[in-house]
Amino acid sequence: MNRLRNVWSNPWGKPRFLVLFTALYLVWSIVPILVAVRFSFNEGRSRSTAQGWSTRWYTGDPDLSVLHDPTLSTALFQSMRLAAIAVLVTVPLGVALAIGLTRWKGRGAATSRGISLATLVTPEIVMGTALFLVFVHLLNFIPLGTIAQAIGHITFSLVFVVIIVRARLLAIGREYEEAARDLGASTMQALRLALLPMLVPAVVASAIIVFAISMDDFVISQFLSSGTATDTVPVRIYSTGRTAPTPAVNALATLTLGFTLVVTIIGFVLWKAVRSVRGGTGSGMQEFATLDADTIA
Amino acid sequence: MRGNTKGGDAFWAGLALPGVLWLCLFFLLPFYVILCVALGTVDPIFQTPQPEWNPLEWNTGAFEFVFKGLFTSGAAFQTVFVRTFFYVLIATALSLLIAYPVAYFVARYGGRWKGVLLAGLVAPFFISYLMRMLAWINLLQDDGWVNDVLVWIGILDAPRNWLDGRASSVILGLVYGYVPFMILPLYAFLDRIDRSLLDAARDLGASPFQAFRLVTLPLSIPAILAGIVIIALPMFGDYYTPNLLSGSPQTSMLGNEIYLYIKGGQQIPVGAALVVVMMLFLLVLMGYYVVSTARAQRRLGG
Repeated sequence: MNRLRNVWSNPWGKPRFLVLFTALYLVWSIVPILVAVRFSFNEGRSRSTAQGWSTRWYTGDPDLSVLHDPTLSTALFQSMRLAAIAVLVTVPLGVALAIGLTRWKGRGAATSRGISLATLVTPEIVMGTALFLVFVHLLNFIPLGTIAQAIGHITFSLVFVVIIVRARLLAIGREYEEAARDLGASTMQALRLALLPMLVPAVVASAIIVFAISMDDFVISQFLSSGTATDTVPVRIYSTGRTAPTPAVNALATLTLGFTLVVTIIGFVLWKAVRSVRGGTGSGMQEFATLDADTIA
Repeated sequence: MRGNTKGGDAFWAGLALPGVLWLCLFFLLPFYVILCVALGTVDPIFQTPQPEWNPLEWNTGAFEFVFKGLFTSGAAFQTVFVRTFFYVLIATALSLLIAYPVAYFVARYGGRWKGVLLAGLVAPFFISYLMRMLAWINLLQDDGWVNDVLVWIGILDAPRNWLDGRASSVILGLVYGYVPFMILPLYAFLDRIDRSLLDAARDLGASPFQAFRLVTLPLSIPAILAGIVIIALPMFGDYYTPNLLSGSPQTSMLGNEIYLYIKGGQQIPVGAALVVVMMLFLLVLMGYYVVSTARAQRRLGG
């Protein structure tokens, strides 16, 4: 009783209250997802009660499973396709932009940096509306659908690459390039031989982030979709989340989650490997989490 | 030395050029298009918007419509705007109450569990927001597990329909959806607070709570403000959370109105004008954030 009073009167002194609070938060944060995954393995049609175990909604059901319902499998492929395009275009574009904006001392540099940061604080619905109207009314040679969606994903993920790569560039400093220049390298050679190898961990990290936010994106994908054929997984979850008659939508979400986690974990392991080659130390998870935080803060 | 400074600068500018052009084409230009649609006209027969590219011919009809709706008490726009504001306010406050203790604990007492705890905090970033809402749709059904638990404990006599247009469900969804985005920046900031400051406070006779109140809390104000802005901005434009967890017009937010006008096809200029008005309102919020962060830093810097 006395102990309880101590805890109550000074909850910050010993972190018992905080241990409990954090544990409860983590449970609250993770358990709903596990429940949704569990229902995807239901034998019956319910999405709110446990009804046995099966893979019926993944592959078994001849009409309604993810494998056999084209609206579901198309969505999964559309999500993967957009994420792949986004990573392949955004990373090189963003790395070049980050290096250029960090080293370029001209008049336009600060303005350009401001514009790229503005994309970060612009609510997605604003960007979605803006791109939707631009593709309908001005650049109407670009039809709604995959290309428009990919352009949207590239536009909003560019800033994440810029932030991650720029942070790394500022940490590296200019000494290495200057040394390369003094040894007779051209600007291009200094960039390629001295700077780029040191940027590899940041490039891998930004590829993971771009992949994850592209897979997660809903608003841009929906505003720029041309119909069911170009709906992504989040769009499909949105349009059938309330009305879906079977747990197939849970199976679709679970597959997407599994795919995202596998790619992310491979990326994370790769990142840890290149980072340790480049002399990074300390907790990988710690640096990775802070990296994410710095990206959004 | 080699007289290449100028040439080097052109090289770096050239490297940035594709990205800058991309942003001009797909970020700045679209904003102009929003303005031209909002200030344009509507085809009288097909109801399709006719953007007005020439600023001299801009027509303010859509803005007048929006402002009339916003400033007439009881009008639909005003109701929705006030509701959005309160939902965001409550959800942000609840998020802060959850995020701060969690971030504080992991940063201060994480110890050897830090890696695992951080993995738990980062996990939601890699789970689609829509899947996280889907999970709650499953849980909040009539025969779902939330009702089962509440009836079993005895809080409810009979299962309740949580998805039929309740503000509480929408706010739950907003908090659940956005709180991870607040925890991480708070964590990153709290983790960097120099512990010797706390030791100094304790040495000078402060209780642990006083040390927290007088050192940690003031130092974390910039991070708190950043966290608030990071989650409040996207919440203002959210339309999927209220739609999935309620679907009722009784809980519709600003984002729902915009979505209806833009994607519904009728009166697209009104939707575009709403977007512009929302952006202006959020710019005020962002401006306040920039000013108060600067002020807090100045004060802490002495």
